Amino acid sequence: MQNDEIKTALQRRSRSARIERRGKIISFTCIALIVAVVFAIFAFVAYHGISTFVGTKVSVWSFLTKTAWAPGTTDASGVPKLGALPMIAGSFGVTLLSAVVATPFAVSAAIYMVEISPRVGTRILQPVIDLLVGIPSVVYGFIGLTVVVPFIRNVFGGSGFGILAGTFVLFVMILPTVTSMTVSALKAVPRRYREASLALGATRWQTIYKVVLRAGMPGILTGIVFGMARAFGEALAVQMVIGNAALMPTSLISPASTLTSVLTAGIGNTVMGSLENNALWSLALILLLMSLAFNLLVRWIGKKGELK
Amino acid sequence: MRLKNMLLSAIGLVAVSIGLSGCKTNNGESITVVGSSALQPLVEAAGEQYSSDHLGVFINVQGGGSGTGLSQIQSKAVAIGNSDLFADEKPDIKADQLVDHKVAVVGVAPIINKKVGIKNLTATQLRNIFTGRVTNWREVGGKNMPVVIINRTQGSGTRATFERWVLKDQPAIAAQEQDSSGMVRSIVATTPGAISYVAFSYVDKTVQPVSINGVAPTDQNVHANHWQIWSYEHMYTNGPAKGLTKDLIAYILSHKIQSTLVKQMGYIPMNDMQVERDSKGRVIK
Repeated sequence: MQNDEIKTALQRRSRSARIERRGKIISFTCIALIVAVVFAIFAFVAYHGISTFVGTKVSVWSFLTKTAWAPGTTDASGVPKLGALPMIAGSFGVTLLSAVVATPFAVSAAIYMVEISPRVGTRILQPVIDLLVGIPSVVYGFIGLTVVVPFIRNVFGGSGFGILAGTFVLFVMILPTVTSMTVSALKAVPRRYREASLALGATRWQTIYKVVLRAGMPGILTGIVFGMARAFGEALAVQMVIGNAALMPTSLISPASTLTSVLTAGIGNTVMGSLENNALWSLALILLLMSLAFNLLVRWIGKKGELK
Repeated sequence: MRLKNMLLSAIGLVAVSIGLSGCKTNNGESITVVGSSALQPLVEAAGEQYSSDHLGVFINVQGGGSGTGLSQIQSKAVAIGNSDLFADEKPDIKADQLVDHKVAVVGVAPIINKKVGIKNLTATQLRNIFTGRVTNWREVGGKNMPVVIINRTQGSGTRATFERWVLKDQPAIAAQEQDSSGMVRSIVATTPGAISYVAFSYVDKTVQPVSINGVAPTDQNVHANHWQIWSYEHMYTNGPAKGLTKDLIAYILSHKIQSTLVKQMGYIPMNDMQVERDSKGRVIK
């Protein structure tokens, strides 16, 4: 064989290198497409959401702090009644309350599944939790409407619709998220921590409370934030039980509304490009920014945990 | 070369599907109708009958509210936009480009929870309830029970009709809102003291319809405008209707559909109306 032939054969790209290059091109195209779609969604929502405030008498501050929501009508000074505070309060109310209620349940369930009875945990509890995730939100909403709302009406009074009903429904919906993330956080705690703690004479409860929970804290917090993000964005189930009244919640059993419930109920009845429609996009923009905030929070917690 | 095979088969699939969709457009026609969840069931049923009579014709019907119907037809995205309101009642819609086809009439009735024990209210009492001046049923002759108002979503056609003829442009009190008539009915049926309003077709045994000033919410009372809370169901086209669009609207207006489907599904046929109203609410005839 001539030297030149050998040289070209060696310098030519091999078949596997060509395939690899092709694969790279395909996957990079896909990633670029996804990134483009995300930016396009963001740009679209931001464009419509911001146009509520451009060239109208509505200011961002009054949008965030006023409490009268009646798009299409104006107040005495001719400014459209666009006060989103009742919805913002409702969204944060159900989100925080459901996280507060769900966390103790989720953490206890996770401790039981990982530390106390791993066998029962993997055989019974894990499938149950996985099942809860798979139930569509309209089913949760329907159960909420037919069971939770009359229950609250009979026990606490009022019409039954309100933040409390929303909290109960969301509690069940975010419980699996928080539980399974807590379980993986606890499982990730190295075995030697537990052994060292027990070797020092700590009881089982002391080990769980002072060592395992501490070490798994960043993961648990991440789980809680993920649960809150789900609660904040959940639309259908909450819409069915919260009452959708654009009123500042005065108690847990007074009808309230969330950003998502007003958004989904109203979008079909408005004309694209009108102020009523843009106002709904502004609500969507708040939701988008909040989900961004939840994401940043999760990353920040993850970083904090890394340093430890 | 597994990858090459995959690519080739993907290209093949795309080519086949393009070919198939090509066939569809050659053999049949299809139009899309969007808007007004109140009119959606009628158009769906009529569209199904029409396409079973005319093979290869597809009528694609979607809901989404009157606002969606009007804005989609204004931007020419669909063939027909359904609406419960006249186009010039919605601001931001350029009504002069749109052609109105009224296909049916819908009456709206107040409904209350059966435990309240009321069957008749005066127009003033009803207005006072929805504007928040009456907060307990005792004040209008019912049981001692707080009033729970269930509104439809702002911008809904049913709500606009109700507010126009009952509230006479006074602002309704902020209250619970629901975005579908079925949901409204089931909440009124189960919540003590609840009041709302739905199209006649949604009134059933689980709720109590209310007469106003002694006039009952019936089709006969709507015919002669004794019962004033009613509205037309509009099918709007952008410019005069042509081809399949024109045929479908003529089909829905035909005696065959008006005397069967329209009545069966709880709407009032156009021919039964003894009066006519314009977009300002004036009675013309």
